[in-house]
Amino acid sequence: MSAFISLLVRDMRIAVRVGGGALMGALFFLIVVTMMPFAIGPDLGLLARIGPAILWLGALLASLLALDRLFANDHDDGSLDLLMMGRMPLELTVAAKAIAHWLTTGLPLVLIAPVLGLMLNVEMHAMVWVALTLLAGTPALTFIGLIGAALAVTLRRGGLLLAVLVLPLTVPVLIFGVAAANAAIVGPAPFGPPFTILCALSLASLVLGPVAAAAALRAGQE
Amino acid sequence: MAIIDLANPTRFLNIVNRALPWLAVATVLVFVFGLTRILNSPDDYQQGATVKIMYLHVPAAWLSMMCWGVMSLAALGTLVWKHPLADVSGKAAAPIGAAFTFICLVTGSLWGRPTWGTYWVWDARLTSMLVLFLLYLGVLALYWTVEDPGRGSRAAAILALVGAINIPIIKFSVEYWNTLHQPASLFRKGGSAIDPSILLPLLVMATGFTLLFFTLHLAAMRNEILRRRVRAMRLIQAQELAEARA
Repeated sequence: MSAFISLLVRDMRIAVRVGGGALMGALFFLIVVTMMPFAIGPDLGLLARIGPAILWLGALLASLLALDRLFANDHDDGSLDLLMMGRMPLELTVAAKAIAHWLTTGLPLVLIAPVLGLMLNVEMHAMVWVALTLLAGTPALTFIGLIGAALAVTLRRGGLLLAVLVLPLTVPVLIFGVAAANAAIVGPAPFGPPFTILCALSLASLVLGPVAAAAALRAGQE
Repeated sequence: MAIIDLANPTRFLNIVNRALPWLAVATVLVFVFGLTRILNSPDDYQQGATVKIMYLHVPAAWLSMMCWGVMSLAALGTLVWKHPLADVSGKAAAPIGAAFTFICLVTGSLWGRPTWGTYWVWDARLTSMLVLFLLYLGVLALYWTVEDPGRGSRAAAILALVGAINIPIIKFSVEYWNTLHQPASLFRKGGSAIDPSILLPLLVMATGFTLLFFTLHLAAMRNEILRRRVRAMRLIQAQELAEARA
């Protein structure tokens, strides 16, 4: 367990230092949300209506863009090989890295979402709900993306391939995330069912993601 | 004969070369029979002759899902049993599955225009079919980007297994939204809701499509084995050339 925690702390420390790019995701999120009114128009009524969807889409793209960093640096300097040789099961190693990644890129997205919501004219009480759905849903994005990141790093390809592999798998998360946010704000459907399904997606990907990612890393090593 | 006997590519090629003409003839015969049944089948009282698109659309949809099943089995073969032909099978199945999904989307779109009044709606089944198509393209993209066949097929196998989780979600999403597209009418409690005069040609066409799939799949596997042999020979040739120059 101590190995798990020390790996977690190490990854977080690297992420917040210079070159780690922990806040880059949040910055990208801000820019995407800023670009939306330029494309859609400054109609505040319309923005308020589609605000939760814009926030979810922005968070999805921001967490997708940060995925490259999950393994690429460790792969380049060789520490990934060391981690794979370690005594801790590879699944746990990968899970620790993913949790650290979520804490440094997913959580900031959740935290700044209410501020960005103000810019989109989403009401204050509604913002709490949107942030709550993001809190429940972004772990799923990270853990599904983990599989793609592991596949991409073993193939020494990143960028677009990663997006092509991961985005279709995140469709259910986006659907239930936006459904839960809309249910909380405008109704009339109850908030509970989509939100619990969103939580279920996060929990399921928490289990499946590390197993598949570890398998991908092992397969790539042969 | 055990499945491990097929591990020898030469033996497998012999069997394929013997079986393929029979399969092809059977496919053509079933299709001809199915098409004659379709010509005799009645038009829908509401949709008219456009209902006949169904005989292409529905089997293509079934096959697109079955093809992912074949790919998942092949993925297990690659990752768990390390069967030498499993990755060949998976690689051969991916483009065929993508093609069936594409046929399903196109025919569905053409069918939607006269019946729903629009080529495309963001309804549960259409959308999940589109996602399935995107997943197929993702698997194909993996094969396209990786030079080494072994490495690429292991990565694609993992993606295929992860994507297999998507197929239950397709079914689930039908229940969750259920907007424009009619719910499943063939496999449901209380038996089929389709009249036998339409059901029979549909099942014949589904059989024809399945036979077509196996014909194409075996042919594609044969081509892939030959392609890998050509690749290996070229590598040896290039190596010999390099040594001769040195």
